[in-house]
Amino acid sequence: METLQLFKILPEKIYFQNIPYLPGFRKMVGWNLDFSTLTRNIHDSLFSFFSPGLASAAEMVIIGLCFLTFFALLGLILVYAERKVCAFFQLRLGPMRVGFWGTAQTFADFIKLLLKEPLTTKNADKFLFNLAPFIVIVASFMAVAAIPFAKGLHAVDLDIGIFFITAVSSIGVVSILLAGWSSNNKYSLIGAIRSGAQILSYEISAGLALLTIIILTGSLQLSEIIESQRTGWWIFKGHIPAIIAFVIYMIAGTAETNRGPFDIAEAESELTAGFHTEYSGIKFAFFFLAEFVNMFIVSAIAATVFFGGWMPFHIGNFTFFNHLMDFIPSVVWFFGKVSLIVFLMMWFRWTFPRLRIDQLLTLEWKYLMPISLVNFLFMAFISLEGWYF
Amino acid sequence: MIAEVENSIDTKEYFINMGPQHPSTHGVLRLVLTLDGEIIKKIEPHIGYVHRSIEKMCEKDSYQQIVHLTDRMDYLSCHINNEAVCLAVESGLGIEVPERVKVIRTILDELTRISSHLLWWGVMGMDLGALTTFFYGFRDREIITDIFEETCGARLTMNYNIPGGLMNDVPPQFSKRIKDLIIHLKKKLPEYDTLLTENVIFMERTKGIGILSREDAISYGVTGPAGRASGFACDIRKVNPYSAYRQVSFKEILFHEGDTFSRYKARILEMWESISILEQLVDNIPEGDFFTKTKAVIKLPVGEYFQRVETARGELGVYIISDGKKNPYRVKFRSPGFSNLFVLNQIAKGCKIADLVAIMSTLDLVIPDIDR
Repeated sequence: METLQLFKILPEKIYFQNIPYLPGFRKMVGWNLDFSTLTRNIHDSLFSFFSPGLASAAEMVIIGLCFLTFFALLGLILVYAERKVCAFFQLRLGPMRVGFWGTAQTFADFIKLLLKEPLTTKNADKFLFNLAPFIVIVASFMAVAAIPFAKGLHAVDLDIGIFFITAVSSIGVVSILLAGWSSNNKYSLIGAIRSGAQILSYEISAGLALLTIIILTGSLQLSEIIESQRTGWWIFKGHIPAIIAFVIYMIAGTAETNRGPFDIAEAESELTAGFHTEYSGIKFAFFFLAEFVNMFIVSAIAATVFFGGWMPFHIGNFTFFNHLMDFIPSVVWFFGKVSLIVFLMMWFRWTFPRLRIDQLLTLEWKYLMPISLVNFLFMAFISLEGWYF
Repeated sequence: MIAEVENSIDTKEYFINMGPQHPSTHGVLRLVLTLDGEIIKKIEPHIGYVHRSIEKMCEKDSYQQIVHLTDRMDYLSCHINNEAVCLAVESGLGIEVPERVKVIRTILDELTRISSHLLWWGVMGMDLGALTTFFYGFRDREIITDIFEETCGARLTMNYNIPGGLMNDVPPQFSKRIKDLIIHLKKKLPEYDTLLTENVIFMERTKGIGILSREDAISYGVTGPAGRASGFACDIRKVNPYSAYRQVSFKEILFHEGDTFSRYKARILEMWESISILEQLVDNIPEGDFFTKTKAVIKLPVGEYFQRVETARGELGVYIISDGKKNPYRVKFRSPGFSNLFVLNQIAKGCKIADLVAIMSTLDLVIPDIDR
């Protein structure tokens, strides 16, 4: 009897009126899940317990561990998502047996990759062969570090943020070239050379497309780019040139991540597996993981620059609507946008045939680059005249 | 300036082994490519990795047993291969099969052709990097495979034709299944065009690539859709009709460009023609026996017998020399894949590796058919 009565009074009395910890939690995280309070609290408590040097070291370790976990989780989730998305495009179910709806399949595969013997072929350049997978993973790791995930959830807010990410993420090409060269395999070498030509070319359009928006923001700092979109995302505020820039960025971004229809470096039907033909075990897993993380990075940049990052959907000074949108936490906004763009990239891959190397370079040098240059000038003109919202 | 740079850069040709284990040779074909960078200078096909000496084995087998070997040659056109042997033996024996058998054989031929082209379409997309087509092709092919399974129990190496007719009668739901298939394909084939044919990247990859002239097609003996895409009217169903092809009307698909795209298009349009043949025949299967009785041991009179048929890949010729015994003295197959393969060096020279894959795909090679 008593328990029944307790249930009756539970709703009003306990959950909605006198919850002691909810206000504290709200204060800590905020309605909009402002992580800056949380991070500041951790920072303050660390500095009050330890000496400054030790506290900074501890902070670095914590952030590093967080990123490692995030990195692994991201890889697993994206691999699962890719398999499921591709399966549904191809009228099949994809992994279904291991775990609920095959959710544990990627874990199983990852364990398999970890346990496999990382072979080094006999005539390979051993040092470079083993170095290549680490470079690719370090490059994508560094790029992830500078991405703002939510309001206040940002490891380093560099004042050259966007420049840093584009610069660092293109280090990946070095590892692809090294892998192709050191494998001592003709197929790998062709793949590596193709990839080198491709990534270097598409870096240009990707950079120009981002610069088009930088004209409007006036800053390379990611937090400021996001802040500048408080009254609306650049893809809407910058209208025509911004949309052109977004399309170009998506094409160039897909090419940079070596994904279909630009996967000529791997080109399964031509080069068997391209630059990572000779890799196995964890070394192969690094290339595999880096591809997916690079896809995330490209999507995250696109989301940040064109779609406001974690910034909710705001329309000018329409306060009521803006407040309504603010109720959705910023993490949800960021990851929602990123997953939409990731889905778009997967859609490309599972729909289009692959381009040929000369067509790929023609597309970049004869079409995309001139268009983005003209678009860049167009945007400069628009910004000068103030024809944007 | 460009010439100067080109002269000053020291380049060296190198060779690369494409196969015998390679995703796009679709079997154990080995191509030795001589490359200059990515540009192909020479292609040397090396065959024989799945040579099973089928022709020699035929010499030891009775005429009924030969049929069980021929479906292992071009495993995507088994019904047509078997029919070729049956027709040769029947003409040797001088027996006329019932009309019912002729019509059913024609229906099975066209079903085989569609199923082979569906598989080719899927694989063609896959070779060009569009993996999704593979699953679409297989989805639709599955229905045809089910029909085959109902007729003879096998799904891949079907043995339904025997000298003198068919092994057993078609199941009662045969016509209904084919009508369902026609409805299904008419809905799905336009989808193929939207997915692949009309894709800009696909067109760029295939138009004007690997041009095979009509003269080359004739001199190399390239038959089938690959030959007809070059303007070589070589359809045996038209030139030398067999079974029930005399009583159906269909178009011979001819193109004159001779490039990869027209070879692709020829196969797609051929599927439509096959559907129209099926439509004409499916309601007109005559009643009657499904075989003509032959002796238990067939002995062909002394002489030479030749029969050619149109498989999904081109002209298949069966040449039997009999010395009057219960097994043939010599059997020779003129397989379409063999002739189609050796034109590769002619048309893919100067192309890139990616083009070679596309060209090979439109030649639609089946390696067991080449090696036999």
